[in-house]
Amino acid sequence: MEIKRLAVSSSPHLHSGDSVQSAMLHVLIALAPAAAFAVYHFGLHVLFVLLTGMAVAIAAEALILRLVKKPMTAIRDGSAAVTGLLLAMNLPAGIPLWTITIGAGLAIGIGKHVFGGLGHNPFNPALVARAILLVSWPERMTAWVGPMLISAATPLSEFRTSRIVPAYGDLLFGFKAGSIGEIAVFLLLLGGAYLIYRRIIDWKIPVSFIGTVALLTYILPAREQSSYFAGNPLFHVLSGGLVLGAFFMATDWTTSPVTKRGRVIMGVGCGILTSVIRLYGGMPEGVSYAILIMNGLTPLIDRYTLGSRSGAR
Amino acid sequence: MVKSFPGGIHPPYRKEATSALAIERMNPPKTVAIPLQQHIGSRCDPLVAVGDRVLMGQKIGDSSAPISAPVHSSVSGKVTAIEQRPHPNGRTVLSVVIANDFQDEMVALMPAPKLEQLTAEQLTALIREAGIVGMGGGGFPTHAKLKPPQGVVLDAVLLNGAECEPYLTTDHRVMLEWSADVVYGLRCLMKAARVEKGYIGIEVNKPDAIEALKAEAKDYSSIEIVSLAVKYPQGAEIQLIDACLGRKVPSGKLPLHVGVVVNNVHTAQAVAKSLRTGVPSIERVITVAGNCMERPGNLLVRVGTTFADILADRGLKCEPYKLISGGPMMGIAMYSADVAVCKCTSGILALSKDEATYRIPGNCVRCAKCVDVCPMLLHPTFIAQYAERGMMERAEEYGAVDCRECGACTYVCPVNLPLTQHIRLAKSDIYAKRK
Repeated sequence: MEIKRLAVSSSPHLHSGDSVQSAMLHVLIALAPAAAFAVYHFGLHVLFVLLTGMAVAIAAEALILRLVKKPMTAIRDGSAAVTGLLLAMNLPAGIPLWTITIGAGLAIGIGKHVFGGLGHNPFNPALVARAILLVSWPERMTAWVGPMLISAATPLSEFRTSRIVPAYGDLLFGFKAGSIGEIAVFLLLLGGAYLIYRRIIDWKIPVSFIGTVALLTYILPAREQSSYFAGNPLFHVLSGGLVLGAFFMATDWTTSPVTKRGRVIMGVGCGILTSVIRLYGGMPEGVSYAILIMNGLTPLIDRYTLGSRSGAR
Repeated sequence: MVKSFPGGIHPPYRKEATSALAIERMNPPKTVAIPLQQHIGSRCDPLVAVGDRVLMGQKIGDSSAPISAPVHSSVSGKVTAIEQRPHPNGRTVLSVVIANDFQDEMVALMPAPKLEQLTAEQLTALIREAGIVGMGGGGFPTHAKLKPPQGVVLDAVLLNGAECEPYLTTDHRVMLEWSADVVYGLRCLMKAARVEKGYIGIEVNKPDAIEALKAEAKDYSSIEIVSLAVKYPQGAEIQLIDACLGRKVPSGKLPLHVGVVVNNVHTAQAVAKSLRTGVPSIERVITVAGNCMERPGNLLVRVGTTFADILADRGLKCEPYKLISGGPMMGIAMYSADVAVCKCTSGILALSKDEATYRIPGNCVRCAKCVDVCPMLLHPTFIAQYAERGMMERAEEYGAVDCRECGACTYVCPVNLPLTQHIRLAKSDIYAKRK
């Protein structure tokens, strides 16, 4: 056989086949059980919230790609769907559909594309949108509900006022009030383990994040307490958005450090900020602000942890 | 216990097509084009002229430079041209073209005396005269590795039988079929380098080779066969030394700075064969594989045989999308099939489009997969981005020259960035400035 034409390129000549699209698909798979449990626990409205979040995020992405004349193929990477889903999972179950619509538009527009799109945004887009919604409609954003969308306090706010710790089984398996995606801690842990197994995320951030929260909430006395080493770390780990945030938000590729040491600093920093906000802050929960603050520090963390080699030699 | 190194990847190995096929001797071609440079270092000057009749094994090129190795004719016949020919390194190299007379008339050979009767200097000189160079792909003249600079003390010779490149089964077959030569070659290299310890590192996906060499080396307590994890790039010198001996080669240093000489198993076999028979390095085993090959296999070919002759001999099922000299991770894509097999050509891969698809690069999403897999513990995306923007000082600061170009970062990149290519660019720029 005559060889007419040969392709020439720099090695390597093989590729793993990994893509942003395959990674985002794994993230959606990992989030699905916790999302499904939320629909079961809170009711059908949650399904519409989740679908609206994803649909609006995808539509906003398409619109902006068109406006800035970028190739529409970028929509296929699935990152907009993940952002929309994560935002929805960070909202109370009773959130009106118009609120998530605005939020998903903000996440993609303000959170992502004003900085140049995927790979360029300094802050986690879903958390940027959540922060804007929280200051814009504080009552709606803290209108926590239980099953059938009946008003209920979250374990963290309940604990602040009454010091009541619910049954750990209920905390672990999600029978409590809270954001749509944060309640099913056990299913989130399964999803997180799946992402680590698939090598989409590194264990360093979630382990150092959750570990730091457990340590500090045990050591440090909460307000109105005076004794050290008397906290309840298990309650803090199983409550609020810690597991969702540690495995699915703080590990966001673009907004977390690239260096191995930097990832540990990211997790520890998130853990310190979360613990301080929970124990001494004005709000019962601090995971999302902790992550946003550490997102802002990520370029500095990378810069100061980049040796000529990352340190082992 | 299976030994390894930090980082690395698990590409599809695709060795099944050829790993069980015994080495076959390919019929010599009508003409050979023997490059006068088949090694790192200075090019040889031709010792023959157009029209001369040369014998098989006759020295046809040599150089007086310290880093060089002579080349020999792989056939008997008439020199028809001495001209620039395409070379596996992507450039053209002055080559001696010889029309084969199919007599295989050998020069007068003098097998070396027994190993016990030779001094280290004599061994090193014999290895040089036989034109032995690194046959794993590097092509560094073997004799030059055996003479350490002042102040460096060697204590071990390490043979590389990892063969971590996908597709390639050359070293596997050499270890299995010629295990006695591999062990004898290692003993020669140990004596020439004046060291007491010899190691052979082999990935555990070649259990038959491990068994064969263990059986062959059982009488030599100074030789240890090391089982290595199946992980790419296990056969890269620095990773091999780390896995086998636990020694870290410092940035900018060579294996000899930690007392080790690393040689490929095929190199050791070539040393043994040359000393045993007196025939210099004029043939080698190559793996011929890839989806486009009609009959893949492990071929013993004469140096100077063109890729086109080998492809014609084994048949092509389809037109290859890429023709690779070496393995798919570090091998070089050929622009022509008229290149000739060198002493350092470990394989020829005729890859179809679906085996080696070009992917359109995107922009970095900071996933850090490249950081996780880099066996040199570098941050490939940063170095590559600085190189892309021409900021070579920053690329150098972040360790660009420590990169061994294994390609693991490019292999895993989810947005298909040509990271290795950018880092190569930075390295060549940095080296050019240093000169």
